[in-house]
Amino acid sequence: MAEVARRRRATRQELTEQTKVGDALIRGLIRAQLALALRLAIVVLIGLGSLPLLFVLAPGVASARIGGIPLPWLLLGVVAYPFLFGIGWVHTRMSERNEREFANLVGRPDRHE
Amino acid sequence: MSNLALPAIVLVTLVTVTIGVYGVRFARTTSDFLVASRVVSPTWNAAAIGGEYLSAASFLGVAGLVLANGVDMLWYPVGFAAGYLALLLFVAAPLRRSGAFTLPDFCEVRLGSRWLRRLATGFVVFIGWLYLVPQLQGAGLTLETITGAPSWVGAVVVGTVVTGNVALGGMRSITFVQAFQYWLKLTALAFPVVFLLMAWQGDGRPAITDGVGEEWLLPHTGGGAPEALFETYSLILATFLGTMGLPHVLVRFYTNPDGAAARRTTLVVLGLVGLFYLFPPLYGVLGRVYTPELAENDPDAVVLVLPGVVLGMGVLGQVLGALVAAGAFAAFLSTSSGLLTSVAGVLSTDVLARGSSSGTARDFRIASLIAGVVPMVLALQVAELEVSRVVGLAFAVAASSFCPLLVLGIWWRGLTDVGAAAGIIAGGGAAALAVLLTVLGLPLEGWVGVITGHPAAWTVPLAFGVMVVVSLATRHRLPPTVGKTMLRLHAPDSLHL
Repeated sequence: MAEVARRRRATRQELTEQTKVGDALIRGLIRAQLALALRLAIVVLIGLGSLPLLFVLAPGVASARIGGIPLPWLLLGVVAYPFLFGIGWVHTRMSERNEREFANLVGRPDRHE
Repeated sequence: MSNLALPAIVLVTLVTVTIGVYGVRFARTTSDFLVASRVVSPTWNAAAIGGEYLSAASFLGVAGLVLANGVDMLWYPVGFAAGYLALLLFVAAPLRRSGAFTLPDFCEVRLGSRWLRRLATGFVVFIGWLYLVPQLQGAGLTLETITGAPSWVGAVVVGTVVTGNVALGGMRSITFVQAFQYWLKLTALAFPVVFLLMAWQGDGRPAITDGVGEEWLLPHTGGGAPEALFETYSLILATFLGTMGLPHVLVRFYTNPDGAAARRTTLVVLGLVGLFYLFPPLYGVLGRVYTPELAENDPDAVVLVLPGVVLGMGVLGQVLGALVAAGAFAAFLSTSSGLLTSVAGVLSTDVLARGSSSGTARDFRIASLIAGVVPMVLALQVAELEVSRVVGLAFAVAASSFCPLLVLGIWWRGLTDVGAAAGIIAGGGAAALAVLLTVLGLPLEGWVGVITGHPAAWTVPLAFGVMVVVSLATRHRLPPTVGKTMLRLHAPDSLHL
């Protein structure tokens, strides 16, 4: 255990002193977080961003109705908001998980330091 | 118009001023003024961000645009909400950890450049004023609709109240005011619409389009006109990416205790804002049934007029008419306060204090006066455009200047001060120029009109492109502290590095 604690302190030092190891660690976290953000952005791009094009290419979709309400009104007036919130919720959970994993790798600050 | 509407807006204004005065007792130092000493709880903060964000454009403008132009206009509220998702994905937590509470601060923290800071200050002021003018014009329209007073009266009243409140109370008071305003605005739209829908039901659900207006129901892009498609995508880019670059949105993130809290606050805001946007389009749709004549001459008034027209001048119609008027005033007061605080903040720290460590409370008061008077004069001079259109243009400028600065600054080590400045000048400058041409009402025809009226689709990629290329060409100017800054922006808060 003492060995683990010592190694963790060393890792913190690697980070703050910008050694090669520390640099690689933080670059890894940034890459993971950016990849997460970009993946979710692509989901939005496909889910919402494709709609104007879809309405052009498939006029049938634009004039379809669900429960008497035209589909474009339903999608843009109602469905879009829970969709956006859901993506945001997923991002919050997963980015926090990335950070937790990173923090476990590095170790929390030692109270005795 | 409702006889109770005028008392209602007077009441909202008085409550706003009272809470503001109450807040003054807490405001002791400049940091109290600007960042509310960072003791605001996340729930309050999220409601305050929502309250500040939902402006005249959201409260009046969205319904007006839907009434006049149909389903394509729903991209405005969707984009206004989606902007918070982009903020959450790419900016929220690292920005909070950077410790910057204004965009110019971020320039200095990340790139260590004083003159880039100045450039950013210029854009903050431009975007802030561009956004303030339609708020004040919306206030003028509201008071005109309610009392028949000339439209300058409302602009001057709201401008004066807000300037006084900001100058005296600063942001601490505004946090409470704003949180209160969010719930007021939500109630003021959600509650009347229930009665409006019941009345519509009671009338035997009259058709929304009477045969002739069928194309109003369909996306304009359905015809396949490339101009319509370009405009829609331009609007999507501007609103999705512009929110993160709005000065009054960004300043609030500093009031979160850490990066993780900033992320959670943003998620709550996304929920609150999305909830709100379910309602304005309903006014636009019902307006199509009951007040179609407004579509031609005064679409922005539909939210104000509809309760009286549909429910009559009985007690119910009067009370609900007063409620929407109060909500509209809450919208002008809250957004204008937030914008004014940010503009005054950068003016006092970056112009009046001339780069010394921070401005004094006195500087902030003087800056508030300057920041408030200029848009008041502009609101009286500039021709009226639909409020949401002008706000959409402010988003386009923000998306073409600060969005690339923030996104590249947070995620790419290779950004240099020269690259950032070149990108802001090229993209933001082009967008600002297009906006000025549009606002001044130059008769631009065909594609020229399309690309100046909706500039984001070309100015955003231009800004990103120039920023990357020039940064690569000036690699020798990379700040030596970039590694340390990146660590600070991205290392989890729990590590306390």
